[in-house]
Amino acid sequence: MIQPERVVTTTCPYCGVGCKLELHVRDDLIYRVTSPFDAEVNHGNLCVKGRFGYDFIYNKHRITTPLVRKTPQGPGQRTQAFDLSEWEPVSWDTALDVIADRMVEIYRRDGSHAMAVYGCAKATNEDNYLLQKMLRAIFRSNNVDHCTRLCHAGSVVALQMAVGSSAMSNTAAEVIYNDVFILTGSNVTENHPIISLQMKAAVEKYGAKLIVADPRRIEMVDFATLWLAQKPGTDVPLFSAMAHVILQEKLYNATFIRERTENFEEFAASMEKFTPEYAESISGVPRESIVQAARMYATAQNAAIYWALGIPEHSHGTDNAFALIHLALLTGQIGRKGTGLNPLRGQNNVQGTSDAGVMPWHYPGYQRVDQEESAEKFEKAWNIEPGGLNRKLGLTTTEILGAVGKGGVRSLYIMGENPMMSEPNLNHTRHQMEQLEFVVAQDLFINESGAFADVFLPAASWAEKEGTFTNTDRRVQRVRVAIPPRGQTKPDWQIICDVAKRLETRLGRPTSAGWEYAHPSDILAEIGRVVPEYAGVTYPRIENEGLQVPVWDEQHPGSPFLFAERFPRGRGKFHPMEYIPSVEMPNDEYPLILTTGRVLEHWHGGTLTRHSQLDELYPEARIDIHPADAARLDIAKDQAVRVTSRRGTIVLRAQVSYKTTMGVVFVPFHFAEAAANLLTIDALDPLAKIPEYKICAVRVMPAREEELANPGLIQERGRY
Amino acid sequence: MTDEVQISINGQTVQVAPDTTILQAAESVGIEIPTICYHEACTANGLCRICVVEVEGSRTLVPACIGKVTAGMKVQTDSARIATSRRTILELLHSSVNLSEAAEIQGYSAVYEANPLRFPESRPRDIPIIDDNPMYVRDYSKCILCWRCVQVCADDAQYTFALNFSGRGYETQIATFFEKPMQATTCVFCGQCVGVCPTGALKPKREYLMEQGLNPDEIQELTRTERRRKHRNT
Repeated sequence: MIQPERVVTTTCPYCGVGCKLELHVRDDLIYRVTSPFDAEVNHGNLCVKGRFGYDFIYNKHRITTPLVRKTPQGPGQRTQAFDLSEWEPVSWDTALDVIADRMVEIYRRDGSHAMAVYGCAKATNEDNYLLQKMLRAIFRSNNVDHCTRLCHAGSVVALQMAVGSSAMSNTAAEVIYNDVFILTGSNVTENHPIISLQMKAAVEKYGAKLIVADPRRIEMVDFATLWLAQKPGTDVPLFSAMAHVILQEKLYNATFIRERTENFEEFAASMEKFTPEYAESISGVPRESIVQAARMYATAQNAAIYWALGIPEHSHGTDNAFALIHLALLTGQIGRKGTGLNPLRGQNNVQGTSDAGVMPWHYPGYQRVDQEESAEKFEKAWNIEPGGLNRKLGLTTTEILGAVGKGGVRSLYIMGENPMMSEPNLNHTRHQMEQLEFVVAQDLFINESGAFADVFLPAASWAEKEGTFTNTDRRVQRVRVAIPPRGQTKPDWQIICDVAKRLETRLGRPTSAGWEYAHPSDILAEIGRVVPEYAGVTYPRIENEGLQVPVWDEQHPGSPFLFAERFPRGRGKFHPMEYIPSVEMPNDEYPLILTTGRVLEHWHGGTLTRHSQLDELYPEARIDIHPADAARLDIAKDQAVRVTSRRGTIVLRAQVSYKTTMGVVFVPFHFAEAAANLLTIDALDPLAKIPEYKICAVRVMPAREEELANPGLIQERGRY
Repeated sequence: MTDEVQISINGQTVQVAPDTTILQAAESVGIEIPTICYHEACTANGLCRICVVEVEGSRTLVPACIGKVTAGMKVQTDSARIATSRRTILELLHSSVNLSEAAEIQGYSAVYEANPLRFPESRPRDIPIIDDNPMYVRDYSKCILCWRCVQVCADDAQYTFALNFSGRGYETQIATFFEKPMQATTCVFCGQCVGVCPTGALKPKREYLMEQGLNPDEIQELTRTERRRKHRNT
């Protein structure tokens, strides 16, 4: 029996739920993770990742010294180096000097548009704030983005346009106060496991009725009153038909529409064509179910909508989100406890990373870079000469890689992201990465993107640094040092300060933007000075429990739910809708729809979880295929199959399962050896620039076992 | 509130809501009652009976974790009769379970002067450790059958229903359905069960291996991923 030397309270590094963890440590080894049963968010419950998925910290393949590539890399000759023999271990000084020299050289030659950085929704608010500050203050560029572009950008843009705020309107745990709730495009039991427990309890113990709208037969369907299995990409007709019914049957909230919204007439006219019959013909959902769902939602005392990436990750992702927002605006199911529009954020700190300004169009706090007054405000805050900051909108994640080349982006600084797994159409991404002139990777492991780097900076993990994460319901919570950084690794915020100081010296800047911080709490204080919503968040106040932003001042108690009196933009705005089909629909050659996502045991590009014992539970990529499709294609249980789209091909094992519907196959995107994003299409939503991860056309054929990356490896699991 | 109930605990007057248990009422005024199977996050079932108290007019001792207050109830939380009962419960536990990692129970044993060898003829249950998955091990020789793990796996938290009971009487044991290995069940490896286990019967695999003296690199060598990597490189 091991007795802990210390038990450190911190916040889980995996998903947006933001569970409180207690790390039990002895001899600098974390050996057990528990959670206090009075924890506000998770009541002592954890999922497999939070409780057992921390061992990547100790993985012997983790990089713990700065590395520089032995063979010089350049545009067109850039290669991936996974093996340590291709890297030279160097001192921090050497590594940072190389970075400063090369970045300054490129900046002086090509200017600010040549410089780009990827922030990291796994890192802290403080890390991310400094990263965007470095790019903006020193290189005068706005080419900074992070994976929010690849996950909720469609929701963010639609919510900003409709109500003026893009976060969850209510607290996730309020689900027990719902009488009816809609869950759509969210496999919550696998992706937000703790919220799923609260949803199950809401149904089983608190009498809530659940409507699931999802093309997959996800686990929550077992708890649902109604399952609307729409065909992928038909969300607009489905939810607009619900709006049509609400309008036809006069189930809307006329007072709310009159007092709190605008553009209703134009919107209502656009809904006329979305009859349940029309929606059924497109989505495959029976008209009676659409009518029933509309009545349930509209007539409930308190009803809420929860959604995740099944809604925004489309070439019409913004429209999909609008279709949901309209339901809330029509019925007034928003602005009260137990209601709301609730996009479940994916990463532990995607909300905070967005709040911290790791966005190409916004400074911290969603202040537009093209608005003179916000630019002036940040020039003052960062000691920059008037007019010094760049007023032009920067490039988004996907656009940054698209713009690589002469006259475009030349230098890319990647903090903790893995575009070589997470971008769509990876063969194209690879080509673009190869064209970069200089690449820095700051991470824990040499992943598929870091392998392209010139310089690798070893970062401290979440258990080795101080900071804050902001969870999906806008709760700013503490992250604490449990163990000293392994080897020579350093917290991201320190690394960025070290790089930034060198850059300023080399550029001979007359004033410094400010890179001397004794502790991340100083950085949060600076964030509070420039982001009004964070003004009242301080380390002492969140010592025990987090605070939900907006927190306008030191006395403000935080905001469990939003929009009680008004929307940030004033009135909620309706937008007329049209149905736009997805870009790539099945045909004879590519007859199946591929949709992508995650599984419970893994995280995104796999940099962490595939270096964890979690990989033992779920060791290889699997494709979900409906038994009817499998029978037709002569594919047996656990058989190797080849999946081909117009862009790429992968071989993986079949999971013959009723979890997917006929004509639709599902591949998780965690596995480099069968990367789902080799197949996906890089079509973008025109407004949000989010790629269409959820739909492309593929064909599936039997393959031989030897073609698999790991032949003969079958992990039996009862739950799949 | 007007609908509160007045009771007395050890002569002290206590006002509580009508649906309160005796345990909660006692806690509200700082009177401690020992508990073993009870857990704040689980449905109380009055299994272990260590929390028994005397209620005036009641023939038998009443388990405080499930006994609800009634108006005018008079409760005693300590008496010779209660101490005898608690001591016997502890001695019975010692006679059949390996309590070496049950710090709380050991503490109570000292307080109630329980004799671990009171029942010398009994045989402690000798059950091999079940090490069938990468996340946690199950050592049911340390299990006191508090049911917490079964309940959090069911509708106290997870709604996964991977755990159940097998055997009867003395042979009763927590098990999976048909004794399947954990990965073949509906288990999601959330470890809620590990989080509520009071006796070390459920333990993270990593902690278990570290107890055996393995360091992180040696633990990693045991993983399939690492073995595969090695196999590829040779």
